Amino acid sequence: MIPAAFEYAKASSVDEAVKLLDRLGEDAKVLAGGHSLIPLMRLRLAQPKALVDINGIKGLDHIEVKGSKLHVGALARHVQIHSSQTVKESLPILAEVAAEVGDNQVRNMGTMGGVIAHGDAAGDYPTLALMLDADIVTNKRTIPARDFFKDIFTTALAANEIVTEVVFPVANGPHKYIKFRRRLFDWAIVGAAAQKVDGHWRVGLTNVGPTPVRAKAVEDALAKGAKPEEAAQHASDGLNPAGDLRASPEYKKHLARVLTKRAIEQAQ
Amino acid sequence: MAVSQLVGAKIHRREDPRLITGHGRYTDDLTRTGLVHLAVVRSPHAHARIKSIGVEAAKKSPGVLGVFTAQDFKDIIAGPATHPVAPVFAPDKKVNPPRYPIAREEVCYQGEPVAVVVAEQRYQAADAAQLVDVEYDPLPAVMEIEEAMKPGSPKAHTDQPDNIAWDATYVPWEATEEAFKTADVVVKQRILQRRLSPNAIESRVVMAEYDPFDKRLTMWMSTQNPHWIRLFVSGALGMGEHSVRVVSHDVGGGFGSKISPYPEDYLVPAVSKLVERPVKWTETRTEAVQNAYAGRGQIYDVEASAKKDGTLLGMRVTQLLDCGAYIGTFGAFQTCACLLAGGAYKWKAISSRSIGVLTNKITTDPYRGAGRPEATHVAERMIDLLAVELKMDPVELRRKNFPAKEEFPFTQNFGLVMDSGDYNASLDKALKLFGYDQMRREQAEARKQGKLVGIGLSTWIEICGLGPGAVTGPATGGVVLSESAQVKVHPAGGVSIYVGTHNHGQGNDTTHAQIAADALGVPIEQIDIRHGDTNEGPGFGYGTYGSRTLAVGGVAINRACAKVVEKGKKVAAHILEAAEEDIVFDQGKFHVKGAPDKSKAFGEVAFAAYGQLPAGLEQGLEAVAYFEPPNFVWPFGAHICAVEVDAETGNAQITKYVAVDDCGNIINPMIVDGQLHGGIAQSIGQALYEEMVYDQDGQLRSATFLDYTIPSMNEIPNIQLDRTITPSPTNELGVKGIGEAGTIAATAAIINAICDAVSPLGIKHVDMPATPDRLWNQIKEARK
Repeated sequence: MIPAAFEYAKASSVDEAVKLLDRLGEDAKVLAGGHSLIPLMRLRLAQPKALVDINGIKGLDHIEVKGSKLHVGALARHVQIHSSQTVKESLPILAEVAAEVGDNQVRNMGTMGGVIAHGDAAGDYPTLALMLDADIVTNKRTIPARDFFKDIFTTALAANEIVTEVVFPVANGPHKYIKFRRRLFDWAIVGAAAQKVDGHWRVGLTNVGPTPVRAKAVEDALAKGAKPEEAAQHASDGLNPAGDLRASPEYKKHLARVLTKRAIEQAQ
Repeated sequence: MAVSQLVGAKIHRREDPRLITGHGRYTDDLTRTGLVHLAVVRSPHAHARIKSIGVEAAKKSPGVLGVFTAQDFKDIIAGPATHPVAPVFAPDKKVNPPRYPIAREEVCYQGEPVAVVVAEQRYQAADAAQLVDVEYDPLPAVMEIEEAMKPGSPKAHTDQPDNIAWDATYVPWEATEEAFKTADVVVKQRILQRRLSPNAIESRVVMAEYDPFDKRLTMWMSTQNPHWIRLFVSGALGMGEHSVRVVSHDVGGGFGSKISPYPEDYLVPAVSKLVERPVKWTETRTEAVQNAYAGRGQIYDVEASAKKDGTLLGMRVTQLLDCGAYIGTFGAFQTCACLLAGGAYKWKAISSRSIGVLTNKITTDPYRGAGRPEATHVAERMIDLLAVELKMDPVELRRKNFPAKEEFPFTQNFGLVMDSGDYNASLDKALKLFGYDQMRREQAEARKQGKLVGIGLSTWIEICGLGPGAVTGPATGGVVLSESAQVKVHPAGGVSIYVGTHNHGQGNDTTHAQIAADALGVPIEQIDIRHGDTNEGPGFGYGTYGSRTLAVGGVAINRACAKVVEKGKKVAAHILEAAEEDIVFDQGKFHVKGAPDKSKAFGEVAFAAYGQLPAGLEQGLEAVAYFEPPNFVWPFGAHICAVEVDAETGNAQITKYVAVDDCGNIINPMIVDGQLHGGIAQSIGQALYEEMVYDQDGQLRSATFLDYTIPSMNEIPNIQLDRTITPSPTNELGVKGIGEAGTIAATAAIINAICDAVSPLGIKHVDMPATPDRLWNQIKEARK
């Protein structure tokens, strides 16, 4: 529980952060809320040579609607997202999901950009970003979420690339996210999200593979008029989740079907 | 001045403002001038031979004062005496591998110390520890109890004949032959008690300062029994107890895991001796999850029989106990489950046998309840299994077999004398509070709608208040588990009380003061309770565990106070110019019999006690008392739980929880309720969430709080408590114990409720922890 030695630098702008990353090289890590990175460092599972702290960068915690898009700044904390009237009105599923991330301490520190950049398939925001066709904006470019999450803890980000904001579509129709977990503050064993966008269901799954999953087969079945229960049977199509102490692969696939059915049925 | 009666009052815990506002002083909060820090290099393997230990790189690391291995401690720490094994069942002991605080040639569990690094700063010690280059030759690890019992199995220690630590039969199987032959129904069940990690929120910390000039050692540490540690450490380091001081003030939880000595308890003071600097070691959470002595880890094979009318006949219990790599100092205490498996019921005969098995895991030792939760779980599950077979309501089957109130003291099947009880009273009250009949009707309705709802009972009993010398003397190897207290009344009337028990969350600073305030008739504010410093108070203290602090330690305080009052009477007789036998002590005042106005307050007598006294009467107003209880005490109660199981996900939700408990007379109802809340929460942890999981190579997979899932406040339902009061005849306070009751009682109520919920599917038994994936699997199999 004692991290290895590392250098620390605090950036006051995105440009400065990028310069620091360029200078410190591939062994440097960006520090935002730190609630994934620091535990890994304390276990010495991560031993970055340097941390570039971006918490001092002003203007990266914006939450605003521009046209039909909701822009969420990389440094927007979970607590801001779940209490934001803008989010509640333009993308209520995101506010609800944010309210269920971790515990108070995590929600006070953890950030949108941090969750997205960490690329943990057990994270909740990546599922929403993927199923809603969000865009991940960095200091260099805009990456569609479908091209962003590459593999387990692996994203399209380059070593010196920093997420600046995530752009979601405005969607305030029927929606539901079911996060199945043992304890209130746990990650999802499996999560299922359903959101109606422009009259069509979008369905996403959390923690059922190396990356977040968009359940296209379920969406297609629903589009063809299948009942939620029938459509949800496709939630596990093509899944090959890894087992862990909480759930076997088979149980995860089962949960994907059950939770998808419930999410669609309970969507409001 | 009328002095209020404090015993029985719901007063706030005196220690709370300090602890809650962050002003507690835990060992890691303490420092010494010139302090250096120790890190332990541990075996990553469950079983391996050490080929070589390269220390050069670590020695050159910044800030490092030294790197030490077994070789360096050979002349400082005396051999395997560091980890004595209480000689319970000595004749049946078979394999008892010697344990050293640091591995010599072979490591036998993951986390066994191999080397220690001491450095100026904690971070430097941790960095240097990573540089110690240990070359291992991995050996096959034996991880499962039954695997370890097979002839030809890999051995947990290569130099031992096999893995059987003990094999003790308490009552042979022949004794129950009749009870099974004449039975109308027989049920058989294997019941698992999976390994639990105790996880005190304050991990262990040891700070030691050896003074090379005075040749004195002071240790500050997080322990439940500083005097025992002093005994062990002084012996191992070849020092007299008079030159070793162990201080253990604020301790953030123990749950049994801080009773027995640990390797670091020897290594830290030994290193202080080697480097001649004060040394501190603070256990990381990773180390705590891996190396704190684990709880449970048992398999029970049980048969029970009854007559058609519900009369219980026989029970046969085999306990297979996973000792881990070494027998715990008090590890064999858990075999008490074999003597208590009959629970609160009258059986014609019970046979039992315990087999202790060595594996390549951390040692198991007492964990909150230690043997009694297991016994309750066995008894209560078997009763429910019989009720199903007999088609009887589980309440009726229980009632039918309780000893009646009038039958106490009741001698149970193994000759233990249950001191007092009224099992129907607590059950009646619990049923009413729960709304049992209404809840059964609602259950019938819910079942019609296909819902899996269940109701489970646990009419638990326990044995606690360790303990009478006739039993504990032989079990510990000569030390009886009595308890001591010293009461010092200072000239101005302030009272300092030194207790041999320990406070690590039990609220003793409050309850002990309540007892003394009433016994001495002084305001509670005038009383200071001191624990946890071997340089203060009586010669020996026995510590806090086994729900003994009140029923043994509290009585010692009461008796020491009584001695003070007796002395006070002599002093009062002198200043009141009356005969000693005419002095009456009442509500803090000494007065002459028949003349209440002719009186002296306690403070006045205290002052006089240090002044001029007649010849033959010594100055001073203080006393020491030791109390050795004549028997154990036997709390009991009734817990009733309702659950709903989600058939699709396997998730079990507790929907109602009621507990009516009886711990005899009560000193502070709020503290009793707090103990029950905590104990029940911990029990919910075992029933639904917690399990130490190893892979087959002996790597702990549940090594963080992410994977070792302790429930939080959010997962604990509303718990409705009530009580009955059946005083204990074992001590003059009429008190029993309540520290472990919650963990002893609750798992059975929860699992019985889950079994009841899934019984329409034909499922008869569910093991702990009843996690959603396991329940879903069972439901799926049942539906095939």
